[in-house]
Amino acid sequence: MAEPKKKKQLDLVRRDMPKQQPEIRSHNFSEVALGYAAQTAVEEASRCIQCPKPKCVENCPVEINIPGFIKAISEKDFKRGIKILKEKNCLPAICGRVCPQEEQCEETCVLVKKGGQIAIGRLERFLADWEAVQGKLEMPHLPGKTGKKVAVVGGGPAGLTVAGDLIQLGHEVTIFEALHKMGGVLVYGIPEFRLPKRIVEREVDYLKKLGVKIRTDFVVGKTQSIDSLLEEYDAIFVGSGAGLPWFMEIPGENLNGVYSANEYLTRLNLMKGFLFPEYHTPVKSHKRVAVVGGGNVAMDCARSALRLGAESRIVYRRSREELPARLEEVENAEEEGVIFDFLTLPLKYIGDENGWVKQMEVQRMQLGEPDASGRRRPVPIEGAIEIIEVDAIVCAIGNSPNPLIAQTTPGLEIGKKGNIVADEETGQTSREKIWAAGDVVTGAATVILAMGAGRKAARSMHEYLMSH
Amino acid sequence: MFKVVTSRMIVPNMHLLTLEAPAVAREAKPGQFIILRAEEEGERIPLSISDWDEQMGTVTTIFLNVGRTTDRLSRLVEGQQIPTVVGPLGNATDIEKYGTVLLLGGCYGIGSLFPVARALKQAGNKIITVVEARSSYLLYWEDRYKDYSDEFVRITRDGTKGYKGHVDRLPEIIKDLGVTVDRVIINGCTYCLKRGSDATRALQIPTWVSLNPIMIDGTGMCGVCRVTVGSVTRFACVHGPDFNGHEVDWEELLQRRKTYMPEEVVPLRTSKSKCEEHSQQR
Repeated sequence: MAEPKKKKQLDLVRRDMPKQQPEIRSHNFSEVALGYAAQTAVEEASRCIQCPKPKCVENCPVEINIPGFIKAISEKDFKRGIKILKEKNCLPAICGRVCPQEEQCEETCVLVKKGGQIAIGRLERFLADWEAVQGKLEMPHLPGKTGKKVAVVGGGPAGLTVAGDLIQLGHEVTIFEALHKMGGVLVYGIPEFRLPKRIVEREVDYLKKLGVKIRTDFVVGKTQSIDSLLEEYDAIFVGSGAGLPWFMEIPGENLNGVYSANEYLTRLNLMKGFLFPEYHTPVKSHKRVAVVGGGNVAMDCARSALRLGAESRIVYRRSREELPARLEEVENAEEEGVIFDFLTLPLKYIGDENGWVKQMEVQRMQLGEPDASGRRRPVPIEGAIEIIEVDAIVCAIGNSPNPLIAQTTPGLEIGKKGNIVADEETGQTSREKIWAAGDVVTGAATVILAMGAGRKAARSMHEYLMSH
Repeated sequence: MFKVVTSRMIVPNMHLLTLEAPAVAREAKPGQFIILRAEEEGERIPLSISDWDEQMGTVTTIFLNVGRTTDRLSRLVEGQQIPTVVGPLGNATDIEKYGTVLLLGGCYGIGSLFPVARALKQAGNKIITVVEARSSYLLYWEDRYKDYSDEFVRITRDGTKGYKGHVDRLPEIIKDLGVTVDRVIINGCTYCLKRGSDATRALQIPTWVSLNPIMIDGTGMCGVCRVTVGSVTRFACVHGPDFNGHEVDWEELLQRRKTYMPEEVVPLRTSKSKCEEHSQQR
């Protein structure tokens, strides 16, 4: 037995991750954060006190063995680290970049009270990127085939997770994706500067190597119905995401120059509009862009507009405290020069004589009593109505679930908001053989929540497949 | 990848493209559309389906060469492949027994109305087909309509065949035929849809139009195809493309369609000359 060690002095200094300088990165679409060097990762990992009852794991939707992979990093055994990480998370390079860690694993780190919570997300990212640089992937041992066939509808985070889990349990898996590229929101929504598309491709390639079949350009509900797929597949997972963008239903929303966040981001990301005219999907160059909303999607839109050369602002009806976006992205946006109009509510959009938006009329707000969400309710300041000059508006206030599956699948229970009703623990829908999870069930949420729900659904599907 | 089975110009600047897309052909219904990409760097554009062959696993579309993508498509040759053909998208045209149905097709709409004519005829309707073009040499597919039309009327802007003028002559045509029309369905460019709807409004004939706004994904996700119909915002891709022509906010639609006009010209100016590209391709 080893000698009992002296209690180590706590190191409360979170190691910074190098980033592109704001004045440079605000003019390019390359990734903002550059990732830890190995030495920094080892230092950061060494700060972890390896709690016997790690709270971070409890607060991770996919229950990653966080102390386990961190210990491996601190011992410079990156190979072991990535192996531990991948036991629970098949998309670590993505989660390390886009998870809201400050509200999940890092929030419950015992060091958080002292302000020195371990940078779990950055370490996760480090391991995933380290593995990619090694050039050879460690392939898991696959069990024998069960002979069961599963169709996964939607190639986003939920679908990718389900596919990854089920193929490793020996089932035959095919993913059907409506767009021409895999990844769902990871490729059409999240910009290159936050999540490079080659990383998504890498993760998708890994699934292909595991044997997952992929059919892009295939709209389930249109190209083939769920019921027709059920003639061929033993079970179906629906992870078709949140489609249909919301608008505020205020005057002027159909003026030219008013976009949904999905349109704006899809043009830029999926269609590579930032490389127009090299890529052919047209993108307008605007001078003043206002993005309505305060979530990650709003930040992505505002930072994209900035990179395309516009003066870019966020218009949000509550205050900075209530911004739903990841703190790191809010800080990034601030550093880059995005203007924030807090406590500001758009009332109507005003067009010029050619039908192009030129101004937004806004109501300035103040915070009142807390509402049902526990946040202080924004209330109008009487008479405080102002005009903001703009030539484009991006509406980033959310989406309802895509209606195609609901419309074309008889007997599937649909909720009030158009979402598919599914059991929270198992993902089972009202119909046998059909499971669902992710945004199509919960409404727009985060990548990791969709993955967590996908994992539970995969477990339940596996039990079903093995007993039928 | 999706193989080109047939590619030819059917009348000046109007092209017919038949693509191998068995999954689309299996499900296609009258009034639906596909989204395709002509090349890897290409944009996604919606095109109406003009016909399909389930046995052969092919879909046919007819389009006008107007911009970068349609230009590229028009130069495809048999055996070449394109990266994306997805569909069938949108809701099918309602096929019922209405009585007498007048189909008005202009431009590519002459093609996309053909499956509608066939289905409505098979459903027991009397079909009056009206085709419209700038000049008689721009009309096509008259032979295909023969079996599915009880009356076939032409309108040409220059009067070289049939009625001279615009679709506004519809009330006159109906009067001349001496029929009661129970329903009008129009496919074609936005002006044709608008003017046709204007013409039938006074006659109080229910009129359905297939709208053609800008689209990206075609599955309800991006929202660029929104149109105001009866003062409600609708997405043409998932709520349409067919709408009541008397309720559409035409000014807004015409305006929204112009959004990217300047940008569509840029690549035509900055890319290689057509003949240069053409010779490289051969």
